[in-house]
Amino acid sequence: MAPESWYLALSAVLFCIGVVGVIVRRNPLVIFMSIEVMLNAANLAFVAFGHRLGTADGQAVVFFVMAVAAAEVAVGLAIIVAIFRLRRRLSVDDLSLMRW
Amino acid sequence: MEYLPILLTFAFAAGVAGALLGIPLLIAPRRLSPVKLAPFECGKDPIAISEGRFPIKFSTVAILFIIFDIELFFLWLWAMLFRRLGWFGFVEMLVFLAILMLGYLYIWRKGGLEWE
Amino acid sequence: MIPAPPVALGALLPALIVFGTGVLVLLLDLVPPRTKDHLGGVALAGIVIALLGSISLWNHETRAFRDMVLLDNYALFFHVVICYAAALAVLLSIDYLRRNGVESGEYYALLLFSTAGMMLLASAGDLLIVFLGIELMSLSLYVLAGLFKMRLASGEASMKYFLLGAFATGFLLYGIALIYGATGSTNFDRIAAAAAARPRDTLVTIGLGLLLVGFGFKISSVPFHMWAPDVYEGAPTSVTALIATGSKAAAFAALIRVLTVALRAAQPDWSVLLWAVAAVTMTAGNVIAIAQSNLKRMLAYSSIAHVGYMLVGLVAGGVPGAGAVLFYLLAYTFTTAGAFGAILLVERSDGEAVEVGDYAGLARRHPVLAATLGLFLLSLVGIPPLAGFVGKFYLFGSAVRAGYLWLTVIGVLNSAIAAYYYLRVIVYMYMREPEGVEVRLVPSFAGGVALAIALVGIVLLGVMPAPFADLAQVAVAPLLR
Repeated sequence: MAPESWYLALSAVLFCIGVVGVIVRRNPLVIFMSIEVMLNAANLAFVAFGHRLGTADGQAVVFFVMAVAAAEVAVGLAIIVAIFRLRRRLSVDDLSLMRW
Repeated sequence: MEYLPILLTFAFAAGVAGALLGIPLLIAPRRLSPVKLAPFECGKDPIAISEGRFPIKFSTVAILFIIFDIELFFLWLWAMLFRRLGWFGFVEMLVFLAILMLGYLYIWRKGGLEWE
Repeated sequence: MIPAPPVALGALLPALIVFGTGVLVLLLDLVPPRTKDHLGGVALAGIVIALLGSISLWNHETRAFRDMVLLDNYALFFHVVICYAAALAVLLSIDYLRRNGVESGEYYALLLFSTAGMMLLASAGDLLIVFLGIELMSLSLYVLAGLFKMRLASGEASMKYFLLGAFATGFLLYGIALIYGATGSTNFDRIAAAAAARPRDTLVTIGLGLLLVGFGFKISSVPFHMWAPDVYEGAPTSVTALIATGSKAAAFAALIRVLTVALRAAQPDWSVLLWAVAAVTMTAGNVIAIAQSNLKRMLAYSSIAHVGYMLVGLVAGGVPGAGAVLFYLLAYTFTTAGAFGAILLVERSDGEAVEVGDYAGLARRHPVLAATLGLFLLSLVGIPPLAGFVGKFYLFGSAVRAGYLWLTVIGVLNSAIAAYYYLRVIVYMYMREPEGVEVRLVPSFAGGVALAIALVGIVLLGVMPAPFADLAQVAVAPLLR
């Protein structure tokens, strides 16, 4: 069994990967996936901290986060589909009507 | 300072990611042309989007699936403790499912489940 | 057998009323008649009942769900502000939606869900509830921003708002995780106790920073403001009014409670940080607003600047500072909702009239509307005896008393800069000849009622502010015990 600090380090790395992904990628779907990586990094941190503290609170939070993330996926995909119907290509650089 | 290793990892991850992004920006020449930006398909001109196209209906179904699928893990936890939770847990779960069913009714009546 | 926990839904009552009305609207949308006007009425009725309920619960503090939900005077004050913002948005929507051919039951349902999320945020006593409230509020607003499905600007506003909002949520959640790890709880009181026992914990400080990034996006403070102008411009104007007022008030409600209750031990850290953020936010918002010719964009930058003013109160701290922020939010809600409402009622033959040139000579053709919009703009400038002036007076007064002289000087200078671009619109309305395309006033009874309510609000708050300022101070006092 690896010590908790390893999990925390992994979650920190995941979070950084997610942040960098959001900043450098141009496709809304990929940006969105990077955001999900950030949320799951937080989930991993919650579980690791919860394990160290010896309570189930951290894991309970994860359930809420996952339910909310699912709702977020549904809304996000719907928005992306709606804009895709208007415009055939998909890249945030194409959002030139209003500047980023 | 028991969190120092985590901080160092943060700094390391940020540093590596920053270097990987920053160095090419600084030293690599960027001469983009339409040909370079096009997907490479063995020298032939691309004739369609490489991933292919599929009807948008699939994404609607996928969205609805995600919403209802994710509620399952609340049901799963409840089922694990069903006997110990007693009537209170039963009623709570009925309320939860009733709210979900309202959403289902809405989708159904609005035609979200129609294939055509 | 696991004993049944107490279920005290009373603490959620106002939010539940709004949420239940939202579900009712969804169901009514499924049955005839097919027109949607009555759904706006149902939504309005639900909000008014929640508003009256909140007022009647004043001084009846309730805590529920292991102190996760607190229905104290502080939450109730914000419930009232949020209900007013939502009611004004509904009133403005009714004719606006029909005019643009996007009447739908979902609109009102989503607006109510979003309002319920805001109310949940205001009564949050736990970081988990903050997260859930922010998500319920934001997810509904993302969809509402993209209501004009056939307009590219609306779709892009929606996508931009969604991507940046979700990004901010990631920061917020990771901050919550770190604070949970450092203090062993997500509950405000328990975090405060743990943080006071171990001051200057590195993990808490990082968590605080991440939380501030998340909140910074939601209240649109510099440097996390870049979504605001595009979203305000692209979203339907009635939704913009709600985003600018209700969602900002709710985010401030949670931010103030997190900082002053849960993270009070870290006050030296966050007050220094917010000092800089406040100064930069005011200045950037006002300076960029000068360059805008689109009225919705101009008001977006103006709202960023107003966030800077409110942060001054938060930096000043104590009951006077926090109370001034609450009063300012109330004044700001009426003023900004009114200004967007007035813009919404003016129309060009080829779309919305949002360019400042469209307002040239408006006073001659539509004197009442021009006067109304003028009053809202004067309140935004901070001219006595309107609400905006009194709000700024309390904010800067609290900052001076707390010894933040330089911040006050920056704030006052900013108010002077801001006067330029607000007054420019008034000059266009009163001193220019009409130019270009004909603009007309859209007759709307509900819209007129909304403007009248907002107008009465800013005049009342400006002429006799003392009772409302006292209520604001009573509301924040328990937080700072």
